[in-house]
Amino acid sequence: MALIKCENVSIGYEGQTVVKDLDFQIAPGDYLCIVGENGSGKSTLVRSLLGLKNVEKGQIIYGDGLKQTEIGYLPQQTDVQKDFPASVYEVVRSGRLNSRGFHPFYTAADRKAAVEKMDLLGIRDLARQCFRDLSGGQKQRVLLARALCATKSLLLLDEPVTGLDPIVTGEFYQLIRRINRESGIAVVMVSHDIESAVKDASHILHLQETALFFGTTEEYKRSPVGRRFLGGAD
Amino acid sequence: MDMIIEMLSYPFMVRAFVVGSLVALCSALLGVSLVLKRYSMIGDGLSHVGFGALAVAASLNLAPLTVAIPVVILAAVLLLRIRGNSRIKGDAAIALISTSSLAVGVMVISMTTGMNTDVYNYMFGSILAMSDEDVVLSVAMAVIVLALFVFFYHKIFAITFDETFARATGVKADLYNTLIAVLTAVTIVLGMRMMGALLISSLIIFPALTSMRVCRTFKSVMISSAVISVVCLIAGITVSYVWATPAGASVVMANIAALLVYSLIGVLKNRGAV
Repeated sequence: MALIKCENVSIGYEGQTVVKDLDFQIAPGDYLCIVGENGSGKSTLVRSLLGLKNVEKGQIIYGDGLKQTEIGYLPQQTDVQKDFPASVYEVVRSGRLNSRGFHPFYTAADRKAAVEKMDLLGIRDLARQCFRDLSGGQKQRVLLARALCATKSLLLLDEPVTGLDPIVTGEFYQLIRRINRESGIAVVMVSHDIESAVKDASHILHLQETALFFGTTEEYKRSPVGRRFLGGAD
Repeated sequence: MDMIIEMLSYPFMVRAFVVGSLVALCSALLGVSLVLKRYSMIGDGLSHVGFGALAVAASLNLAPLTVAIPVVILAAVLLLRIRGNSRIKGDAAIALISTSSLAVGVMVISMTTGMNTDVYNYMFGSILAMSDEDVVLSVAMAVIVLALFVFFYHKIFAITFDETFARATGVKADLYNTLIAVLTAVTIVLGMRMMGALLISSLIIFPALTSMRVCRTFKSVMISSAVISVVCLIAGITVSYVWATPAGASVVMANIAALLVYSLIGVLKNRGAV
């Protein structure tokens, strides 16, 4: 059964449809890249997947034990975070809030989970550092650790390498690949970097108001859409 | 020592210390979240609305707090809504609402009692302004704010640091934003007659900014803000008593001094780290 299944989904703002008649699904362990130009509806789709924006038509079905609030979301960084006084541990730990419910305090299990994720991403020694003092790549790892704290089965990454230099970008992609393969966590990544997407992803959703293409990466490379966008660079 | 005993032998001074410290404590805690979320101007806007409401209440011979608290709460919720709606820019909306209520307040006063000492006290605060009713109210409010802060501390951290992520993981951000706005409104109304409508927002902004010069975790910023705020208030009120300076301005001066000291420590600390 699919983790997320979008059936005939349309999403819009004040009567203007941004995403139309979209059909796709994400199975456990998949690595789906959502590609498309600016304004193609990627961010809007992400907001709907997270339940922050209602769909106008169709439905988004969550399955296989995934609750909407248990998506490990890695948002684009905001201005607020640039000078925010918080330790790495405080940030990572906040990913556990969705399992807290009304209970106000963290438990030993929450603390353990936070430490585990920091270990996994190699940022344990940064735990007491201030978030604002970290480099761009370190910040992304911290937010990724927080996302991992929030989920057991699905990461949703929104343009995660924006502003990172090429070396750090490469490391970050490698990290995502490792998490996807070793932990079996499904990955949905929004990206405008089609070349890298094709290298790592198992599935591609090419968005341009509606789905220009949805299927496996191999099929994408052979499809007319894929060929056009990859510019015959395969 | 004698001076302290003499100072505390006046009931109005005791009231000023009690209400002032509690208001300072609450506004510092709320201020950390407001400053980090770039909402600091809301405090300023609300104090002007409070001035308008107090002026209207005075001219109609109504109890000041029973009019001002609901009006300012309403304004707080309204300002939050406007921020959420990107059609009208938040800063312009705040300026609009705050100058309008200031104008309404001044008009009402000039038509009824005329510009007198009361108006002056509303604007710049008076150490004599606190009644027994205020003491009861501020104790109740401080208990509520502290309890809510302890109980919702982690959720407040989450919506302050990253509201989108918090919403996505099921935190009811609108509820907590409204809660913070309502508590800010009540804090401002309680504090503004002592601090003055023009100066009360300093209690919200200064302690948070001061702490952020030095502290590097959210928890330490919270604790340090609360301590700085109360210490500066007590220092300011004492200065105001001894040298007969205006209460609000004296407290702000104490806060400016704290900010300078902390900035210096922050700079030295960074030098040491490099």
